Amino acid sequence: MGLGPMLLLALMEGLVLAAVLALAASGLSLVFGVMRVVNVAHGAFFMLGAVAAYVVAAWLGGPRWAGFLAALAMAPLAVALLAMLADILILRRIAHAPEATIVATIGLMYMIEQGTLTLFGPDARAVAAPFDFRLQLPWFGYSGYKLFVVLAAVVLLLALWWLMARSKAGLVMRATQLDPDVARAFGINVDRVYSGVFAFGAALAAIAGVLIVPIQQAHYLMGASTLLLSFIVVIIGGLGSLPGTLLAALVIGLSDGIISMFWSPTLAKIIATLLVTLVLVFRPQGLFGASRA
Amino acid sequence: MSGARIWTLHLALLAALFAMQWVLSPYHATNLARIMVLALFASGYNLAFGYTGLLSLGHALYLAAGMYAGSLPAWHFGLSGGWVLLLGTAGGTAMAALTGLFALRTRGVAFMIVTLMFAQTGHLALLYFRRWTGGDEGFTLPAASRVILGADLSQTGARYMLAFLLFAAGMLLTLALVRSRLGRVMRALRENEERCRMLGYNPFVGKLAVLSLSGAYAGAAGASYALLFGYAGGSFATIQYSILPLLYTLTGGAGTVAGPLFGTGAIFYLSDLAADLTSAWAFVVGLALVVVILFAPQGLLGMVRTRFWRSLP
Repeated sequence: MGLGPMLLLALMEGLVLAAVLALAASGLSLVFGVMRVVNVAHGAFFMLGAVAAYVVAAWLGGPRWAGFLAALAMAPLAVALLAMLADILILRRIAHAPEATIVATIGLMYMIEQGTLTLFGPDARAVAAPFDFRLQLPWFGYSGYKLFVVLAAVVLLLALWWLMARSKAGLVMRATQLDPDVARAFGINVDRVYSGVFAFGAALAAIAGVLIVPIQQAHYLMGASTLLLSFIVVIIGGLGSLPGTLLAALVIGLSDGIISMFWSPTLAKIIATLLVTLVLVFRPQGLFGASRA
Repeated sequence: MSGARIWTLHLALLAALFAMQWVLSPYHATNLARIMVLALFASGYNLAFGYTGLLSLGHALYLAAGMYAGSLPAWHFGLSGGWVLLLGTAGGTAMAALTGLFALRTRGVAFMIVTLMFAQTGHLALLYFRRWTGGDEGFTLPAASRVILGADLSQTGARYMLAFLLFAAGMLLTLALVRSRLGRVMRALRENEERCRMLGYNPFVGKLAVLSLSGAYAGAAGASYALLFGYAGGSFATIQYSILPLLYTLTGGAGTVAGPLFGTGAIFYLSDLAADLTSAWAFVVGLALVVVILFAPQGLLGMVRTRFWRSLP
């Protein structure tokens, strides 16, 4: 394979990663933006989405596409309910204090991962893609499902943008983000908004998990790398800024695709992590974020 | 409470800890040696988090820096035990000072993420340079290196003694420090950084000094862990070892001198019990974190302090 087609393949792989990351990271970014807390259990919610997709598909049987669609509907719902429960039982009681929330969500992450290991076992489980279409290029064939993932992510992110910018629920969320006290004065139930946002952010991670499971397998430790990459994306994009998050997901996804194709993936990760850390130190508002207090 | 009584109390605690070696079975003595080394690590974490308010999620990096700065030369060149300890302490200090130069420019949530990222980089680097570090599998220390002043550290008695001496030194240093003027500055930095700045203190320098000292504790703990148990491996650089000192400190009582020892002991035996019942010890760690933060955010000794003894350091 020549350099050109290899570059094309790297870009396509990067685009798939970018799509999944954009979904997962926008959930993390939304939670940080509205609630001002970092959810360390975000990677665990992503993993739960993938595992739930396997469980739903295996339990329902039937045609593959039907199982996949059912998983796409049910897995995020189940994860969202769990997240809402965690918010009501734990985070609300510690008043969403930033540092206590980090400690509590670390605990939540350990419990979810160990719980999954105990109930589901240590093996990686595969889910068949809902369809077999293969795009035949002159140099290599490419999985049609991966392209579907990119398309699905674009549609979902557009829907997210519409929700935040145009709907009543988005208005309430933005009002709470801007000033919770004033929002409360206008009759918004801030506690309920927080629970909803936390559940919604977890659902976005779970959707990303469902989408990735036919490409990667479901495994109880798969959340860690997604969590780290989502952190990176959210930081580069500017904490709490959705457009920045999307742009950063694209940059990180594409550069990861290219770097891991031509150099060692571990070295790529070391360099990326260090660079991101320095961004956070010297430009805390992110590369694309506007400066704010 | 007078200074003499506080010193007497902590010295009595240490004397009891020292006497334990004649009471406990070799199995529990080894456990307690492990607890004391981990408690030394947690004491260093407590200086940064409990007293100065620096919630780091990257202390595994300082533990691993100490462990590898000491045991890599032992592995490759057969350095002796005393050097392992010295180099390890220096390695932990240097790593904390170096990362602190960058990380302390941030605060709060950003500080946690930056320290987490630095630790992640360190772990990946250990894996990447596996030719020299042994990667994830790690390596065992040569028997010749596990000797300090003629004492063979693979023996239960000598192992207990070194763990005790290191922990005692760490605890007494903490006690002296938090009762000194610098200790007051540390607590002032935790409570209100801006006011400290207004009073003429330089918060950055103060926090860098505390973080470096915290790194020295972690480095000594990492090097002595390798010496006492004969093994160094990449798993000590994983995020788990950044979470554990946080859990130990929170459980025992952040900002109390003896808290890390009690917290480490409680969590160690809790995980040990859970490991007997189920394989799900990580579940216990997670549950303990949530329960402590929900119901006892001041920890064991923190509760003693609020209920019975206001001036417990």
